[in-house]
Amino acid sequence: MTQVALPPSRLALFATFAQIAMFGFGGVLVWSRRMLVEERKWLTPAEFNEAYALCQFLPGPNVINLSVVFGRRIAGVPGSLVALAGLLVPPLIMVSIMALLYARFGEAAPMQHMLRAAAAAGLVLGTCAKMARPLVKDRLRVAPVLALATFVLIAILRWPLYLALGLLVPLSVLIAWLRR
Amino acid sequence: MSHGTLRTLAVNFALMSLFAIGGGNSAVPEMQRLVVEVHHWMTDRQFTDLFALAQVTPGPNMIIVTLIGYQVAGVLGALVSTAAMCGPTCVLAFCIGGVWDRFKEAPWRIAVQAGLLPISIGLIGASGFVIAMGAASNIAFGVLVLAAAFLSYVTRLNPAWMFGAAALIGLTGLL
Repeated sequence: MTQVALPPSRLALFATFAQIAMFGFGGVLVWSRRMLVEERKWLTPAEFNEAYALCQFLPGPNVINLSVVFGRRIAGVPGSLVALAGLLVPPLIMVSIMALLYARFGEAAPMQHMLRAAAAAGLVLGTCAKMARPLVKDRLRVAPVLALATFVLIAILRWPLYLALGLLVPLSVLIAWLRR
Repeated sequence: MSHGTLRTLAVNFALMSLFAIGGGNSAVPEMQRLVVEVHHWMTDRQFTDLFALAQVTPGPNMIIVTLIGYQVAGVLGALVSTAAMCGPTCVLAFCIGGVWDRFKEAPWRIAVQAGLLPISIGLIGASGFVIAMGAASNIAFGVLVLAAAFLSYVTRLNPAWMFGAAALIGLTGLL
């Protein structure tokens, strides 16, 4: 049984989420788990999985949701605000510097920008392929077809997000309900 | 910048955030459609650059909206866009976080989550595709996109290595 520490102070909450934000390069989930479960021992592995399931269920960036949900559990509204600020303030400072540099020198190194974009696009596609692997196990092939339909409507036909989701989400949830 | 532009940023990002199922990157195609195709605030190349900058910045990837806001309407645009993208989902997370225990085992909750999963994967694939189309201007870049995709699919390599390799290719002038 893991020893769970006392509720953290607001400063510790801010510092921990700031650390998650700054080191969570390319995988904030891994870092939030390492910090909250392994280093700080604020959550047991099971509690973390449960909190993360909730944050995946909610729309928007998962780790931002996690900071709000976890902060609330520790100290209500102030807790949520402190954890969220920890997660957002350091990256916002960094990205502001980047925005300034880009506005000034953006056209100066087009090759570097394009190479970085190629790597970024590849990363997203590779991660997506990883996530899609379990879908193929669907015996009726419904899940892969729904994923593909979403892809085609958004990426190829360029439908507005709301239209595509308005059509596909009810359909997909209905199918999932019927297949329970 | 006009109030109209700020309002457009605020309304669109706030709405978009509630439709970003499965994470921040799900809304990237809609962002591109909004800023490049509908409003012509920037070129496809600029959008792709900003996406890549957001990816190499530590922290949540949704920070791309801060960069878009800045590019479109300066510091105020950056603040408005960031707040709009975080506000509604944070309020929702706060409210649902309090009642989650009551319905986490409910059959409808399990059906909703199962139903959202394939859609969110399709959305993330669409994000990758939209960015790849902006980045792969010739065959060499196309090969690079595929190589990065393959590497991240078969290995658990830290993405920093891939961005490092991309920068190195640029410095050595291989492409």
